[in-house]
Amino acid sequence: MEIEEHLLYTKEHEWVNIDGDEAYVGISDYAQNSLGDITFIELPSVDDEVEQFEELASIESVKAASDIFSPMSGRILEVNEELEENPGLINKSPYEKGWVARISLSDLEEKNNLMTSEEYEKFLESAG
Amino acid sequence: MSLVFEKSVDQRRGYKNPALDVPAAGKIDAKYLRSEDCPFPEMSELDVVRHYTQLSKLNFSIDTHFYPLGSCTMKYNPKFCEASARVPGFANLHPLLPQLKDGERLTQGALEVLYDLEQWMCEMTGMASFTMQPLAGAHGELTGVMMMAAYHKAKGNKKRYIIVPDSAHGTNPATARIAGYDTISIPSDENGVMDFEVLKSKINDEVAGLMLTCPNTHGLFNSDIDKIAQMIHDVDGIMYYDGANLNAILGRCRPGDIGFDVMHINTHKTFTTPHGGGGPGAGPVGVNKKLEPFLPVSRVVKKSDGTFALDYDYEDSIGYIASFYGNFALLLRAYAYILLLGEEGLRAVSDHAVLNANYIKACLKDKFHLPFDRLCMHEVVFSAKKQAERGVHAVDIAKYLIDQGIHPPTVYFPLTVKESVMVEPTETESRTTLDEFIECMLQADLESQENPGMFHGLPKTTPISRPDEVKAARELNTNYFTQ
Amino acid sequence: MIPYISNTDADIQHMLNTIGVKSIDDLFADIKPQHYPQSFNLPDGRSEYDVLEHIKHLARKNSVDLVSFLGGGYYDHYVPSAVDAMISRGEFYTAYTPYQPEVAQGTLQALYEFQSSICALTGMEVSNASLYDGGTALYEAAMMSIRITRRNKIVMDGGVSPIYRKIIDTYTKNLNYKFVETQVVHGQSSRDEIFKHLDKDTSAIILQNPNFFGAIDDHSDIVARAHELGILVIQSVYPVALGILKTPGSMDVDIVTGEGQCLGLPLNFGGPYLGFMATKKKYIRKMPGRIVGQTVDQKGQRCFVNTLQAREQHIRRDKATSNICTNVSLCALQAQIYMALVGRQGFKELAMTNLHKAEYARQSLDKIDGVKVMRSSPTFNEFTVELPVDASTIMDRMIERGFAAGFPLGRYYGGMDNYMIVAVTEKRTRQDIDNYCAALKDVLTGLTAEVTT
Repeated sequence: MEIEEHLLYTKEHEWVNIDGDEAYVGISDYAQNSLGDITFIELPSVDDEVEQFEELASIESVKAASDIFSPMSGRILEVNEELEENPGLINKSPYEKGWVARISLSDLEEKNNLMTSEEYEKFLESAG
Repeated sequence: MSLVFEKSVDQRRGYKNPALDVPAAGKIDAKYLRSEDCPFPEMSELDVVRHYTQLSKLNFSIDTHFYPLGSCTMKYNPKFCEASARVPGFANLHPLLPQLKDGERLTQGALEVLYDLEQWMCEMTGMASFTMQPLAGAHGELTGVMMMAAYHKAKGNKKRYIIVPDSAHGTNPATARIAGYDTISIPSDENGVMDFEVLKSKINDEVAGLMLTCPNTHGLFNSDIDKIAQMIHDVDGIMYYDGANLNAILGRCRPGDIGFDVMHINTHKTFTTPHGGGGPGAGPVGVNKKLEPFLPVSRVVKKSDGTFALDYDYEDSIGYIASFYGNFALLLRAYAYILLLGEEGLRAVSDHAVLNANYIKACLKDKFHLPFDRLCMHEVVFSAKKQAERGVHAVDIAKYLIDQGIHPPTVYFPLTVKESVMVEPTETESRTTLDEFIECMLQADLESQENPGMFHGLPKTTPISRPDEVKAARELNTNYFTQ
Repeated sequence: MIPYISNTDADIQHMLNTIGVKSIDDLFADIKPQHYPQSFNLPDGRSEYDVLEHIKHLARKNSVDLVSFLGGGYYDHYVPSAVDAMISRGEFYTAYTPYQPEVAQGTLQALYEFQSSICALTGMEVSNASLYDGGTALYEAAMMSIRITRRNKIVMDGGVSPIYRKIIDTYTKNLNYKFVETQVVHGQSSRDEIFKHLDKDTSAIILQNPNFFGAIDDHSDIVARAHELGILVIQSVYPVALGILKTPGSMDVDIVTGEGQCLGLPLNFGGPYLGFMATKKKYIRKMPGRIVGQTVDQKGQRCFVNTLQAREQHIRRDKATSNICTNVSLCALQAQIYMALVGRQGFKELAMTNLHKAEYARQSLDKIDGVKVMRSSPTFNEFTVELPVDASTIMDRMIERGFAAGFPLGRYYGGMDNYMIVAVTEKRTRQDIDNYCAALKDVLTGLTAEVTT
């Protein structure tokens, strides 16, 4: 299971890559692996406001469906429209080509509620 | 196999319409008409019959194969029930006839069937009244929960939540949500029933009710049920009995006697109306006196002169939940089945369903992990975790069974058990068949130890190999004409 | 002998020994004495012959010999013999939901064919594999429009079946939805009335074609106006009429539902029937119910599976698009076999035969003193008639003469006691229609005589 070092993680297996007051978000390798082949993602709309740990998008595989929660609060600047045509990108490249949305962050302090890659690794181990 | 549309040959005909014996005088302005004929195939009757006969042979069914699909009660559908439903005096009866003025006199036979069935269902379940209208089990759930909502509204109760155990069928939380409630999920304890302490901690004044399958989808009867009912009633909550597993307790226990206020019956499970490849079903809903005022209309009543009528005059009724009086032709099959079996036969349904399930459990428990090692009711849930450690998962065992001519048990449901394999043999199967199944399962276990690679690429004997479900979902093709 | 149970006494003993209990009662130990039934008194079992005789006896208490002009959304069409013969195959009716596609290709392919036929019929892109019936399908369509638009007001034309309107009212009245009914004018959808209620809060406008009064319409203008406001259009249709009528797809309707009983299903006193739903491809993930999709197996050969299951309750639980578990698979198969048998040309002829016979009945009824056929709209095989007295009274006397004369509108429409709708299918012969008109004339003369004496 790959865990990217420079990212922050949630307990629901989303990642966030903070760059100034903006950030890319997506789901972890662990998440895509447990979902299996992803067949569909319902993306949010640009300019939607999202709250930390609230629903951001929903994602489906053949036999599972789950929600993606936003790791941090903010406004949607951009969504990865390529995923609509090619949702399998999330399986192939969860940390890069499979990013879900770019967000303008409203509260940088929220990152204190997230896990570092080491913490996330331990979290995964403890969850078995 | 070719699609029916690919077999079409212009000008071939499979059916002769009644003659046009009046002038062809009907005219409609072209702006209201379709521009092209509807592209149905053109085939002879033989073409059509052969096509669908060949298609039918691609199916496993109860008539052709043992079908121990847990939670679905795949028991034999008597041919006699089919014949009963086809009696012309019922099959050709128009549902609007009794809605004409004094029209009930035109459908006395049909109303009597509905009335008697209601009386018998009340006696079997301990409920005060039934509506026959819901068109499937899930539709029954929605009807029941809407009555629950009407009850709370009438009493001025402010309610938000419906409690559902994590082992419940997906229809329970889906229904609760559609009826406007949020759900609270309760985990199962180590004995396989709803965790009593967690439940206790979640009950509050905003709980509208509890939806429970009993025995549950682990095939286990909750002996604390009367205490649970008391706790729910203490906050003026409603106890909903999901009748999916009523066939396990018929004659042994009645939901109405143990604290349930409202329930549905899946007629295909308890009274063996056919599953039809996925419906149609019927989901009559019963209520006790507390919820009776809210039953949908119409209701069938018996008048003092012994005739039957439809009564729409109930002020608190939730209203129309279906177009008419239920899936009548299925209810008629259930009626015929109950009359044939009688009390003794109905008691035997649960006796033998439970006997058969426990026999399978006893014969397989040494090789397949039992998450809850205790007496079960009509179905038994195993976990294929020992086999999975050898690389052979529940789905592989399922596909192996297919090659042995057995429809697989339900796998990966309930969600509470990893690698779950849920077996429901039903009362209509003989010990001979059960022994054959047991033999196949033991062989599967043996193969998983000696030759786990063998499972790869199964099944091998079926018309198709494993389908690519990812492609189906990613490259949607659901219509021949726009593919 | 207990019917359908095959365990012998020896089997039972062997099985109990294997389990390690003494009796079947021991297996029910979890059911404690306080749970025992207070009563369980049911009739004694009877023989197959005996029960069948009893059912035939009850059947004779139903009036099925009436010559029927009763419709109202449920029609007395002929069902070719091959339909029942095919659905009586155990491989079809004793199978279940196709969870294991390798052993359910028969059901899956037939449902794919059904979906394709429904799309062909309605001119839509995608269809599901059926819903319970026409009424509940319309309710599901209304809920689907709310999911798509995230608005919660539904406008329904008064020409939609009043039975359907009552159903939707039941399901929505305790929830946070606004449900508005518009008035019909002369039995037609009134554009003024409808446009008045369409606004930015409206999720959908629900229409029916032909409507409950039998009127045919082209709703394209309503669709265009609705779309300008981001409102979806739902149309409930009568499949046999679509043998000739303009398709909802060509009117750019968004969601189509209907009652498929007319496609080879007996009237069965109200069910089982066949609800169907078709929509645009872009809305497929918001559609409730099972959907069958084409794919390939490992060897690359075409096959069929249940697809988009993540919308459904068994996966989504409380976030599912609907709580529906089963569809009405066997009824969909029934309709599919019917559509294949009748065929392209036959289906058009069937529709034309219905149209012509209804026209003959219209003209014949129009010649009767006191009977007025409503002609404000074109009609298909059902139309509205005004009578000089309460239609219910007429109905009663027509039944004495062996006719189910139609359906009186007074039951569902205030102030329309003197009106009834009359349906004429391909099964009605010229002789039936002539006899019907003669009987009606006789009844009306009799009533006039009663009034004057």
